[in-house]
Amino acid sequence: MQILVNDETRQIRNRLLSDILVELGYGDSRVATALDGVFVPRSARAGKMVEEGARLEILAPMQGG
Amino acid sequence: MRAYDTQLASPLMLGTALYDSPTLLAESVRAANPGAITVSLRREAAGLQAGQSFWSLVRGLDVPVLPNTAGCHTVREAVTTAQMAREVFETDWIKLEVIGQGDLLQPDVFALVEAARILTDEGFKVFPYTTEDLVVAERLLRAGCEVLMPWGAPIGSGRGLNNPFGLRALRAHFPDIPMVIDAGIGRPSHAVAAFELGYDAILINTAVAKAGNPVSMARAFRQACEVGLEARAADPMDERDLAVPSTPTLGKASFGA
Repeated sequence: MQILVNDETRQIRNRLLSDILVELGYGDSRVATALDGVFVPRSARAGKMVEEGARLEILAPMQGG
Repeated sequence: MRAYDTQLASPLMLGTALYDSPTLLAESVRAANPGAITVSLRREAAGLQAGQSFWSLVRGLDVPVLPNTAGCHTVREAVTTAQMAREVFETDWIKLEVIGQGDLLQPDVFALVEAARILTDEGFKVFPYTTEDLVVAERLLRAGCEVLMPWGAPIGSGRGLNNPFGLRALRAHFPDIPMVIDAGIGRPSHAVAAFELGYDAILINTAVAKAGNPVSMARAFRQACEVGLEARAADPMDERDLAVPSTPTLGKASFGA
């Protein structure tokens, strides 16, 4: 199915958020996720189904002021 | 400074952005010896690992981290970013920024108050980036903030304390609230002035990262914080409009007219 990952269109095979992160290469990364603008805690990823056309935001630690 | 039951080891808070290299960042942090460093969240392509490297560097510095919501323009963006930052950085501290105006990066104080209320209800310890406005400050405190972070001047401008009158009034109106001058400080003399006005801490980034010698400037700011705090504790004299001789006039020689 097709979803938006950080504003880029991606074709993915999996439906569970935890599996999608592995599929996209974020398996062990320290990242936080939001689905359609709503934060999804790490503990909830394994039970979170992602729908066609969903907007997934994946953020990593970065320098800040 | 004491913030949310935590005593900061130093009244200097330092941003981690804009350094030419991670090494320069690490050396500057060591030279500044800050009580906290600010960090952020950004998108990163899978496999790049820049975020993971940065996280390793931050952990190695062994300084408390204060994540920010920089770049957020709405309540929803700021709240979601704060929730994500809490998980990634494992802290409930959040430097809450909701930007309302692009040219001056001026806070949207209406959205700021609303986001602060939501986040404090969720258990966050909110450090709100605000203006020197007394009414907004009162609303933020009522929303649950226990620290205020008024700007000195627009972010990255290096203009120092643009409105000393307003900042003095804010300090006087809430004498017991920990307050940090956040943004606009460009030189160590600005930092000294902030402490002399009664502020408890400063937050700087560009002033160090974009100095010709960031490590040296970081050290200078550390010293400026010490100078400002000691000067304030020493109770500076009052200003006068007219001159008063410092050398005693009693016993002065008279040589005739």
